[in-house]
This record gives sequence, structure tokens and C-alpha cells, in this order.
Amino acid sequence: MDRFVWASGLLEINETLVIQQRGVRLYDGDDKTKFDLGTVLLSTHRLLWRDHKKHDCCIALPLSQIIFFEEQAAGIGKSAKIVVHLQPVTLNKEPGPYQSSKYSYIKLSFKEHGQIEFYRRLSEELSQKRWERISVSQPMQSPSRSQAGKVKAVGIVGIERKLEEKRKETDKNISEAFEDLSQLMKKAKEMVDLSKLIANKIKDKQGDISEDETIRFKSYLLSMGIANPVTRETHGSGTHYHLQLAKQLVEMLQVPVEEQGGMMALTEVYCLTNRARGMELLSPEDLVNACKMFEALNLPMRLRIFDSGVMVVQLQSHSEDEMIASAVETVSEKGFVSSEEYAKLVGISVLLAKERLLLAEKVGHLCRDDSVESLRFYPNLFLTQD
Amino acid sequence: MSFEWPWQYNFPPFYTLQPNVNTQRKQLAAWCSLVLSYLRYHKLYTIDVLEVQESSLFHNKKIQRKLPIEAIQVVFEELRKKGNLEWIDKNKTRCLIMWRRPEEWGKLVYQWVSKNAMTNSVFTFYELCNGDDTEGEEFHGLEEWLLLRALQSLQAERKAEIITLNDSKGVKFF
Repeated sequence: MDRFVWASGLLEINETLVIQQRGVRLYDGDDKTKFDLGTVLLSTHRLLWRDHKKHDCCIALPLSQIIFFEEQAAGIGKSAKIVVHLQPVTLNKEPGPYQSSKYSYIKLSFKEHGQIEFYRRLSEELSQKRWERISVSQPMQSPSRSQAGKVKAVGIVGIERKLEEKRKETDKNISEAFEDLSQLMKKAKEMVDLSKLIANKIKDKQGDISEDETIRFKSYLLSMGIANPVTRETHGSGTHYHLQLAKQLVEMLQVPVEEQGGMMALTEVYCLTNRARGMELLSPEDLVNACKMFEALNLPMRLRIFDSGVMVVQLQSHSEDEMIASAVETVSEKGFVSSEEYAKLVGISVLLAKERLLLAEKVGHLCRDDSVESLRFYPNLFLTQD
Repeated sequence: MSFEWPWQYNFPPFYTLQPNVNTQRKQLAAWCSLVLSYLRYHKLYTIDVLEVQESSLFHNKKIQRKLPIEAIQVVFEELRKKGNLEWIDKNKTRCLIMWRRPEEWGKLVYQWVSKNAMTNSVFTFYELCNGDDTEGEEFHGLEEWLLLRALQSLQAERKAEIITLNDSKGVKFF
């Protein structure tokens, strides 16, 4: 460990980062060091380690000092390690964390795994020895332990320094932001454990699930947009949330649906509303439940499900008969149409065009011609002629 | 006079089995009538299903439409229900077509017999179907199996009796 020097954590010019890995502890030979949780970074020139909380605590050693390295497999309660054997200390080495060490090797302990890739990259770098070919220049900062805080600067050097500082800050912010994600993962784990517990209890039919656990469970599920599974409620009763949502949807959809001719596929509605909302996105489940409430709330829109299963939102004023009559007229003029042709003629989606033609066929105004060419619709001469 | 195709023959949807129940009913009725008049025109009494599939009856080359085999089966089932068709084999590959039902044939034969005041006479089947006397009659050229059924229906009405002659069948009218 006495081969390490204090570093700023900044990469030198022409030095490139190859790989980094979190959750690494350093060992001086076989002894644990106080550097027990951090990120190990491999660059083209150096091996660095930075404390995961105190980012200004950073140490480095040149790759040229590495003689060879080997894997140490994980054991029970022990993480996998890479053992790095080092050359003797150079005489005019910069100050580092250890003045001396009785070991000529260190260990990197990968508590969060990642050792395989790191090992591979380290092998690559040590065989390529890029540090011999690419010369680096020191970043404009004293090699001693860097200070957090403002850096005084003048001229181009100063600008460069400021940029570096900014980059470091951004890096820090990103890591902090992702810490929230790790919190989320922790919470998800809690929920998974809870659901497993409940599932097991139900399976064993052992004892009662406590009221508290049930409530917690239900609240998790609701927050994910899943309806209460215990009572198997359907949209029938609806929740207050869906009620409000339904009103909001109608307001928002009035104009777009009108423009589309009074009918819009539910998938389009989903895309439209979520794009408009931007942040608090709707789950498909919530959307469908809200739409199902339109009729009950006397709103001027309806959720309609065709025989084929296609769901659309339709203006209440939309007259089906008018639509069918106009479809039949169009088909008669053209002799026959396919769904695609009709969609283009009227300016609606192919899906809705097909539904309208199928509807006209259902009431007997159109008949179909299904051949290798395509599915076409004709006026129903079987019923009108002779 | 060449065979006159009905307007449906050149209407492409005619060759797709219609999903709408009412439409289908009309469609099948049109097909049944077309099949019967076509076979009557060509004086055909038996059909091989695979052969007839490719014939101009079910395949309109001009509009490039063919009635698919499943639909042909549906049409034939309709004809069977109406009494115009009988399957010869279990696999439904060949069938007998009676574009006139046996009773109707029976009536025609008896009419001719009465008109010519030939009741109480005896005729062989061959004479009736292929004899010079019956040329020009509609039942001339009738296949013997069908004549037999026609006469059987007359027999049921006690207007005829089928008798076996030396090596053929005959009939006596009353």
C-alpha cells in the first residue's frame, strides 16, 4: 500500500478511463485498510481508488508498478479478490497514505462483484502498456491532496481548471441522483419480501395476515396502479381517482376526438394523454377504468368495444347510422374498397376504417370479397338486387 | 342456346362465404339455383367434387375468382337438405344430383304415358329413357337410377308397378 500516492481523482490530459467498479475494498497485503468502500478506477496509465462518500479522498498508483496480478476466488462470506503484485517503491515517490508496508502486494476486494470484467480490462491494459506510448501532462493542480471548494484561476489555465471542477461536480451529482435509485431498489426489495411473505402465508393457510401487512400490501399495489386483488373489484364501483381522471380526460380529448371524426382508438388516446401530461403518466389500467366511467358520469363521451375487441373513445353525439350510411355511399361510388383505401379516402386510421366497414357489413349494407388480392367491401347487392 | 350466367356469377363477393347470416342465405340460394340450372343444361346427373371445383361452374376465370372448397361443401349440404343431392360415398367425393326431384320426374313420365293413352302397357326402362318414342321428352336421356326412383315414387302412389323382366327392369302403368 505504500506504492499509492494521493491523487486528485482528475484524469490527466491524454489519460483515458477504461473501467471503474464500485464497492471495492483495499487490502494491504492480507490486512484490511481503512479504505474499505470505494470505487476502483482503471485508466490507461494508473490504477485509482476513490472513497465512495468522500470524493476528495483519492489514491492512485501507476500501472507500470504492477508486476503481475491474479484472481482470488470468493469464499463463504468472502468476496472475490484480485491480488496485485507490485514493484518496489520508487525513491522519489509523491506522498501517499502509507509511508511503508511490509507487503509487496495489495488486494482489491469486489464486494459488489465486477471482478471478471475488471480483471479482463486490467490484463488488456497491462499487455498494451499504453502509458508507455501516450505521454500525459499533469492537470494544472498540485499533486497533493486536492481541496474541495473554489479554485482561483487566471487565463486559459483557469478556465481549464474551472471546467474540470464543473465536471467533477456533475459527476458527484449524478452519483447522488443514482443513490435515490438505490433507495428505490431497497424499497422494491421490501415490497417483494412482503409479497413473498403474504404469498407463503396464504399458501400455508397459517394464521391470519395481520391487518397492518394487508394494508401495506394493498397500498403498494394501488400505487402501482393495480386494482385491489383481494376483493377482485372491477371498474364497477370505481375509485375517486378514476372519477376525477374521467372528467379531466373528457375535457382534454374533446377537440382531438372531434377532429378525428368523432372516434379515436384507445391506444391513440393513451399516447395523447400521456404526452400531454408529461410527468405523471397514466397506466393503461387507469385509463381504461376512467373511460369505463364516462357513461355513468353522464359525460359526453363513451368507451366502446367492438366485436373484434378493439376499444375506442367515441363522442356521444357520434351517430353510428350516419357513419354507416356515408360508408355505404362511398363504397357505392367507388364500386368497392379495401380498408386501407377507405381509411385514406375518409382520413381516419386503418383500424377504425375496418371497424366501420365491418359494422356496415353487420347490418347488411355491405358484403365482402376475400381473395388473395385483399379483403374488399362491396355494396350488398345480394339483398338489394332481385 | 348457350348457358346464361346469373348476375351473381360476375360479382366477386359471390365467391366469399358471407359472414352476415341474411346475406349468406341469399348467397347460398343463388348458388343452389345456379348449380341446378348448370347441371340441368349440361344434363349431368353425377358430380365428382374435385373435378367440378375446377369447372367453370365454380371458377370464373374472367374475374379470377374461385369458390373455395369449404364453401362448395356448404352449398352441397344445402342442396342435400332440399332433396336435390345425394352422396354416393361416405367421404363425400361423389354425389348424385337431382335437379328435378324423383317425384317430379315421375309426374312427367306419367303425364306422357297418359297423354299417349298407354296406361296398362308395359315398358322397359331402356325404352322410356332412350326409346325413339320418348325423344323430345324432357325425361329422355334420364339415367336409369333416377328413372327407378321416379317410378318408385309413382309406385307409392299406385300409379305404376316395377317388374323384373328377363335381364332388365320394366314398369307397368295403371
